[in-house]
Amino acid sequence: MNLNENKFWKKIKNWPLLLPVVALILVMAVNILHDLAQGSNPFSFFMITLNQTTSSGTILYGRIIDILNRGSEVAILALGMTLVVSSSAGTDISVGSVMSLSASFCCMLLAGYGVANTTELAVPLIVGVLAAFAMGTLCGAFNGTLVAYFGIQPMVATLILFSAARAIGLLLCNNLIVYVRNSAFGVFGAFTGPLPTPIIIAAICIAIVALVLKNTSLGMYIQSVGINAKASRIAGLNSKKIIFLTYVICGFFAGVAGLVNSSRITSADSNNIGLYYEMDAILAVALGGNSLGGGKFNLAGSVIGAYTIQAITTTLYALGVSTDQAPVYKAIIVIIIVAIQSAPLKAYFRKRSNIKETGTKEAARA
Amino acid sequence: MKKLQSINSNTMLLLITVALFIAMYAGGCIAYGAKGFTHLQTFLNILITNSGLICVACGLTVVMLTAGIDISVGSLVAMDCMMLAVGMRSGIGAAQMCLLVLLVGVIFGLVQGFLIGYLQIQPFIVTMAGMFFGRGMTAVICTDQVSITQDINQAFYNWANAKIIIPFGGYTNNKGKYMAPFVRVEVIIALAVLLLIFLMLRYTRFGRSLYAIGGSEQSAAMMGLNVKQTKMKAYMLSSVLTSIGGICYCLNTMAGSVQQATGLEMDAISSAVIGGTLLTGGVGNVLGTFVGVLINGTISSIVKTNGKLASSWPNILTAALLFVFIVIQSLFAAMRTKKK
Repeated sequence: MNLNENKFWKKIKNWPLLLPVVALILVMAVNILHDLAQGSNPFSFFMITLNQTTSSGTILYGRIIDILNRGSEVAILALGMTLVVSSSAGTDISVGSVMSLSASFCCMLLAGYGVANTTELAVPLIVGVLAAFAMGTLCGAFNGTLVAYFGIQPMVATLILFSAARAIGLLLCNNLIVYVRNSAFGVFGAFTGPLPTPIIIAAICIAIVALVLKNTSLGMYIQSVGINAKASRIAGLNSKKIIFLTYVICGFFAGVAGLVNSSRITSADSNNIGLYYEMDAILAVALGGNSLGGGKFNLAGSVIGAYTIQAITTTLYALGVSTDQAPVYKAIIVIIIVAIQSAPLKAYFRKRSNIKETGTKEAARA
Repeated sequence: MKKLQSINSNTMLLLITVALFIAMYAGGCIAYGAKGFTHLQTFLNILITNSGLICVACGLTVVMLTAGIDISVGSLVAMDCMMLAVGMRSGIGAAQMCLLVLLVGVIFGLVQGFLIGYLQIQPFIVTMAGMFFGRGMTAVICTDQVSITQDINQAFYNWANAKIIIPFGGYTNNKGKYMAPFVRVEVIIALAVLLLIFLMLRYTRFGRSLYAIGGSEQSAAMMGLNVKQTKMKAYMLSSVLTSIGGICYCLNTMAGSVQQATGLEMDAISSAVIGGTLLTGGVGNVLGTFVGVLINGTISSIVKTNGKLASSWPNILTAALLFVFIVIQSLFAAMRTKKK
């Protein structure tokens, strides 16, 4: 009986999704408590209703839908970030800026250079969409070249675009906020039928990555490069190419996220699109139970982590914390998570549990 | 021949940097001589506007010598400025507020250093959390822009407006009045910090252990150096220097706001890298960093003097320079490993 219980706990302890799921449950608990304190229905957090709106017809409405909707960009970014962290043991901190640059490039093409406000598209929509993807991929390739072929630390290599991409975006937009008030462009951030489009886009991205990882050996290659790049190279893998590829994928997803985000506000606000998103994406990866030291990764964890973060953000806003102040709490959460995962603390806890176990054994013997 | 060999790749990088600065400044003088670029005051103005950056970049150089990085500096400067502004608005004296800011710097660095040194978390993650913490705390203290005017604190106002006249190099303006070149208090503070850190790195036990740890952490530990403690001290020193930089920055801008000093960490890192500090640790010098800051300052000064270029150009140019120097560094590193 006792032994079984121990086994059960061990299984739970080693479950890779433990951290994100516990965090998600905690957030929900806080929401329920908050609702109780406010005197409203304690389960209003989980309610989903069909609402009639004048602008987009019948739509799904509820806090969970809102979290899934708003969390789409971070979930998309977290996909690429997971692969980058796994393969190169570093993070791509330029994703937020690349989002902004992709959005600026897309809107600049759609509106025409120097036009600040338009309802007519200057070029077909598909050109703008592809341009956003291409710009993201290009930035990813730039980062990937620096990291894989020049051997520069990932964080420093991506620091270049972290600073420059936003500035280039501003230059493309002629220092203006470009508004593209066109319903065809706005659909990526609005509704398709009753469902918000960002949720659908995120679901497609997640499905593609999951399928590719499941049906090809890419995932295994990435992990093996992350665990030991040199050994993988000797084993016949092109380590540099694989690291390069993960950055390209990450850049591509940054482009997708940029498109969704700018469509949401039907404009390209270079200074504010994707601001602090790199932090959320990295946090999602860490929260998903992935080691930031590279190697093994868990995609499902990252995705749950991304939505958990959005749930935290939404909850913080519901509790009355302003947008500017929210980073304080997020920073504290990051530090707690990475501190729990740090090697010295883990060793310390292992030592303590060992002492406990031997202690009980000795007690039993006596 | 022997002399040529003694110029290794690191000195080479520094020489390139110095040459680049001279070339850039000369270019600026030729292109904008008519707009007063040749006056000594233009150079002194670069020092005045970048005095905060000099302190911050010195701190970053110290951290980068241990192969670490500190990107929390920009938001720490913003937090310092906001603390100074709000503290003085509520009637606390200027000197007390400056001491408080330094104390906050010590604590901030202590926490970051502990997490990095003793818990062995990646410096980048810790300082990124620090960056968001600082920016968020600034908003928690006050979300408005707070200016420090004469009514709020006379002493601080006097410090900020004190002119230290330099006896030579003046010019007569078009009204026939002699304009003596001057610097401000913050320049003196920044240059003092620069000199102190230079001496510390060169002549103290702590300074030399920083180089040793950056060269090889394992060897340093085997030599009997206390790696964890030294790392923690390095981050503390960085945060304290950043706080001094924050005071200089505040003396210059006389205001606190949430969006202040965004991207300062980028300027500081690029200054250090352009000045020849290796990101992999163990190589670097604050004098190089100083030249790096001057290059940064010259770029923005040229863009400002031109007046027609978009405000995002300094950002792009600095990033481009950073790119060039990082690639050169990696090429040098590759050459060195080949030689061995």
